[in-house]
Amino acid sequence: MEITTHTFWTLVHGMGFGGLYLLACAGAIVELWRRYSPAAHAAVTAEDETFLRIYLVAMALLAWLAVLSGAYMVYPWYRAAAPPGTVNLSGYPQRLLMSSPSTIAWHSIGMEWKEHVAWLAPISITMACAVFMKYGRGIKNHPPLRNTVLCFVLVSFLAAGIAGFFGAEIDDHAPVRGGSTVRLIHGKQL
Amino acid sequence: MNTQNAQEISTSADAASLTNGSGAAAILAAGIGAFALAALAIAGDQILLIRRWMVFYKPTGPLSGVTTTAILIWLFAWGILEWRWRNRTVAARRISVIALLLLCLSLLLTFPPIADFF
Repeated sequence: MEITTHTFWTLVHGMGFGGLYLLACAGAIVELWRRYSPAAHAAVTAEDETFLRIYLVAMALLAWLAVLSGAYMVYPWYRAAAPPGTVNLSGYPQRLLMSSPSTIAWHSIGMEWKEHVAWLAPISITMACAVFMKYGRGIKNHPPLRNTVLCFVLVSFLAAGIAGFFGAEIDDHAPVRGGSTVRLIHGKQL
Repeated sequence: MNTQNAQEISTSADAASLTNGSGAAAILAAGIGAFALAALAIAGDQILLIRRWMVFYKPTGPLSGVTTTAILIWLFAWGILEWRWRNRTVAARRISVIALLLLCLSLLLTFPPIADFF
């Protein structure tokens, strides 16, 4: 069982940073909606406040790691230019997608949207984190701020979801491969 | 009332007495940053000269310049707004609507079939 370094870093980018961000986003939405609503009856304790602060910082870190690893590690491998006359395009995912009418939209719509929309997630969650750092529990006293932060977190969830969906589909149709090969387990021949 | 409870109430009261300026500044700046990203992405896609300018890191291509410039615009806007509004109470509802409109527009404008209208 082997894995290439490009595949490994693509997994870290997508399933590690991106996947974790999506999971965390769902938790943040529930927490902000339920606990920090002006109508919420239960008092928010200092521990709850500290927990959400750390949670949002971790989310912001994940979002930045996801977009930076995507843009500066995986994307250059994806858009690698094939030398003229190359027949086997398996090492050039973008060229491979563009070589067939049945897959070209995964690049022209999927990747073109994903590469930009994904950046809305770190911008939104960094803002949400900064606002919560400043106001903490006091955000309950500023309903317009709290509602807008919640909307931004929802949009960041949507943006990360779009990026995740297209990332998974694109990698399914034209996987990023290459780099050195790492043997994970030495299998027995049956 | 024990000391911890007193501290918690004091912290909560401090947070409640904060003006909404800082929060509104962060929110509007995020909207501006998101919209700048979408506008630069369209400009980089449609105008050859801008596409060339946006190549900050060759392996990533114009995406490197589009995102870096949008982030700089976002942080600059945030800094200016924070400086102007940090001790003020502003019209948070109106600012929130503007920021959300910018965010929704950027979500739409990054969608290639819509971006191709320009």
